[in-house]
Amino acid sequence: MTVFEYAPAPESRSVVDIRGSYGLFIDGEFTDGHGEPFKTINPADESVLADIACADEADVDRAVKAARAAYERVWGAMPGAERGKYLYRIARIIQERSRELAVLESIDNGKPIRESRDVDVPLVAAWFFYYAGWADKLGHAGFGPHPQPVGVAGQVIPWNFPLLMLAWKIAPALACGNTVVLKPAETTPLTALLFADICRQADLPPGVVNIITGAGDTGRALVAHPGIDKVAFTGSTDVGRQIARTLAGTSKKLTLELGGKAANIVYADAALDQAVEGIVNGIFFNQGHVCCAGSRLLVQESVAEEVLERLKARMATLRVGDPLDKNTDIGAINSAAQLDKIRELSASGEQEGADRWSPPCRLPDRGFWFAPTLFTGVAQSHRIAREEIFGPVLSVLTFRTPEEAVTKANNTPYGLSAGIWTEKGSQILWTAQHLRAGVVWANTFNKFDPASPFGGYKESGYGREGGRHGLEAYLNV
Amino acid sequence: MSDRLAVRKTYKLYIAGAFPRSESGRSYPVTDGKGRFVANAAHASRKDARDAVTAARKAFPGWAGRTGYNRAQILYRIAEMLEGRRDQFTAEVRHTGASKAQAAAEVDAAIDRWVWYAGWADKITAVAGAANPVAGPYFNFSTPEPTGVVAVIAPDSPLLGLVSVVAPAIVTGNTTVVVASEPAPLTAITLAEVLATSDLPAGVVNILTGHRTELTPWLASHMDVNAIDLTGVPDGDVPALEDKAAENLKRVFRASDDWAGDPGTARMTAFLEVKTVWHPVGV
Amino acid sequence: MRVFGDAWGVSTETLIGAAELRAFLHGLPGVDQVGAEERAARLASRSIKTSAKAEAIDLAISMVDLTTLEGADTAGKVRALCAKAVHPDPSDPSVPKVAAVCVYPDMVETAVAALAGSGVGVASVATAFPSGRAPLEAKLADTRAAVAAGASEIDMVIDRGAFLSGDVVKVFEETVAVKQACGDAHLKVILETGELATLDNVRRASWLAMRAGADFIKTSTGKISPAATLPVTLVMLEAVRDYRAATGRQVGVKPAGGIRTTKDAIKYLVLVNETAGPDWLSPAWFRLGASSVLNDLLMQRRKLSTGVYSGPDYFTLD
Repeated sequence: MTVFEYAPAPESRSVVDIRGSYGLFIDGEFTDGHGEPFKTINPADESVLADIACADEADVDRAVKAARAAYERVWGAMPGAERGKYLYRIARIIQERSRELAVLESIDNGKPIRESRDVDVPLVAAWFFYYAGWADKLGHAGFGPHPQPVGVAGQVIPWNFPLLMLAWKIAPALACGNTVVLKPAETTPLTALLFADICRQADLPPGVVNIITGAGDTGRALVAHPGIDKVAFTGSTDVGRQIARTLAGTSKKLTLELGGKAANIVYADAALDQAVEGIVNGIFFNQGHVCCAGSRLLVQESVAEEVLERLKARMATLRVGDPLDKNTDIGAINSAAQLDKIRELSASGEQEGADRWSPPCRLPDRGFWFAPTLFTGVAQSHRIAREEIFGPVLSVLTFRTPEEAVTKANNTPYGLSAGIWTEKGSQILWTAQHLRAGVVWANTFNKFDPASPFGGYKESGYGREGGRHGLEAYLNV
Repeated sequence: MSDRLAVRKTYKLYIAGAFPRSESGRSYPVTDGKGRFVANAAHASRKDARDAVTAARKAFPGWAGRTGYNRAQILYRIAEMLEGRRDQFTAEVRHTGASKAQAAAEVDAAIDRWVWYAGWADKITAVAGAANPVAGPYFNFSTPEPTGVVAVIAPDSPLLGLVSVVAPAIVTGNTTVVVASEPAPLTAITLAEVLATSDLPAGVVNILTGHRTELTPWLASHMDVNAIDLTGVPDGDVPALEDKAAENLKRVFRASDDWAGDPGTARMTAFLEVKTVWHPVGV
Repeated sequence: MRVFGDAWGVSTETLIGAAELRAFLHGLPGVDQVGAEERAARLASRSIKTSAKAEAIDLAISMVDLTTLEGADTAGKVRALCAKAVHPDPSDPSVPKVAAVCVYPDMVETAVAALAGSGVGVASVATAFPSGRAPLEAKLADTRAAVAAGASEIDMVIDRGAFLSGDVVKVFEETVAVKQACGDAHLKVILETGELATLDNVRRASWLAMRAGADFIKTSTGKISPAATLPVTLVMLEAVRDYRAATGRQVGVKPAGGIRTTKDAIKYLVLVNETAGPDWLSPAWFRLGASSVLNDLLMQRRKLSTGVYSGPDYFTLD
């Protein structure tokens, strides 16, 4: 037997130039923030990457005013075709600088370079390219002949897909004629700040895109600011609830893309090898830091043993480690706080009586790491079956009948996504019809496309991002 | 003028297809435009609201699972029943202070609006759905699906307004708990009599009469209600209700109560969830 | 399952066997084409560098079935190929020899003589290669002749027409008969996946061949396009993995045709490593049916050892 060990194949960091400190991008310029600056670190080795300015209320006000001025003077009145050309330019510059963006994303976030290179950054470019084309066709989008922009959008995004979530927010907003103030997550600000530079290279008029950095206080100040007409948030259900409360009684439009606890349903007649691949992709993609992750595996009892056997064998081939190694499948957990949360919930799984399993896997000494983990013997009542773990932890439950599968899948306050694996077409459609979830992947999982609407039912939020449906959030309809 | 003593109607609630009195045993007097007594309406309690939500939840899977064609036929049947009771509705609308001509016009408009919405049942999916051209070997389609249980706080427009908020919610497959206009609740209960005899499954529409300020907070905070239509709520009450609705991230709809003109699709799409399904294309 | 016996007569027993065999093959888990292709592409994006690449190149060289299957083949050409098989790079004795030389039956004797004592095997295509369109007796005679001439491995082709038309028993019985004719020689069964239309059929044909006694399952004759592809090989590797789990018997896999570069070869090794597992990472269980890939492997090997890019003039064309 030969041992085929892959030598490290690290992506070069030299394509990225990280500055020592970053200001706030307001009205086309980097300016000082007046809150307490903070540091962003590399979660793979805990090294400090840069000092980041923090926007206080006055800074937020400045950014909103800049966005308002740009909306009124330039962007809102600009013909759609011209706006579209700016967005096309941005899409092209993203493609030109894709290597740089991918490396920076992996350094700041901890995700494997394979994913930032092959998934995140190509989708970012695609998102701008797609919505660029809508800018001069809004009258044909089904929202009346002359739909108007909303005004200034305040957008708050999470750390799991920093640049991709920026694209999901900014591309449709700008295409519809709005200007934006966007706050990236405090642990992953760097690609958003690089995006500011891309806006400048594209000669985007000052104030159309403003990037302000900071933590929860900055976000709260932004969504509460009376000069904002629309709030778009992606993140936890708890924060989404707070934002909905903050906006109660105001005329601000709101879209929320929140948490999930997706069921991935594997029927006995599934294409098992692809199903196993889909299970792995569903929960271990991006370290499981995915709101739509297939975190509950519901497997039909007659094939449960076989599926678990194959799944464990497959999990043993997952490579955990340096995010910049092109062969890494699972990178670093984004932050110490998130690692604590994953550990706490996993411990609760054991305490509540589920069986925990991980493949043998050596984790680096420094940085935030968590081995891919499987829980079997999970009951619906266990916390690991109900709460969003947002990490590489899969809970396995079994079912006997399709009705039972659907009942268990829907038995959650969330309703973002779900998976179905079966070779029987009518069973796919029946199951898809009965699942209360906004995105259903059948015989695939974790696929995204700018032409495809994405968003949740129930406490997973409201509004859709992507496709024609994604325009509605940014138009006065 | 006959000297026969009229047999009056007892206006009760409409929950789960039945007409119970309020469990609280309360009622309140309804008066006409000149302040004269017309009838006592049931004064629903929070427990009646709770029961109505339970009924609506129970009815949801069945109603949502009907074909669009079937829902369209049932809604059209309701319009036929409304037409048959034109005179009764006209008389009841007149109690709210309208002239005979105004009342007749409102009833006609309400019936026509109901017919308009009925036809949407098997069309809204085509208009609000999509086949999405994704960049990969996948078939990808989006279909609108009903949100679930919708609490509808009806406006004071006694029939046209009521019809204009109830029909768009149920035509797509939602089930509803409707809080009728507080000063003009009687048409709502007469509408319930139409619904009860029109093949509409029990629980799809539940109608509460009573004090709006007493009932709406319970519905806004109810964790098994998926959405709330605040059309009939005064502006001042909106912030507190939206605050409560945030707890389970209810979809909240607010819109003008101008019932003239083309209603558009907004009241339907407000209570629809878009579901996107992906499937590989291969051999 | 009973499907042995007289291939010429149709007994009741055979009919029952046919139904059972078909039911078994159609009861195998399906293959989702898009998912399988995505998995193969994902594995193909593995980046194999430095020490791992050096090991992979030597391993790949040792797995090559150096092949010449042309109507214009001559004894001289076969002898030249055999010389290359034993010393792929005459200037560098550290280069491993290849696994086998693969020729038509009439060239077996020449190859056996040229390779005597070298440890390089002689494989011969037989059974009316490449179409498989001949009476069973002719196929068996073809096989016996190759074995008698000294072939240590027989690469047979299945009757794709029979397989696709549902006559799986015919394919099964022919394979069993050829296996018997092989005696001690190893049997590689060529599925000709380029004609099987779907990955589901590739999985079924793999199981059919393994159940009939194949020691190896092989993708292609090299005469049909597409020849070996990564998704097809992925499905076959899954099949041998599952077959061993079910029966305890290990079967080898040989992609053939279309493998031209070192990069291609390494992709196949990654596929083996992460699908069937390291147990298959040896010439005993995995072969690469190819000819031109050898020079590219040698060229890349020299690049690694010298640090400069080499050129085709420095390696022999045989």
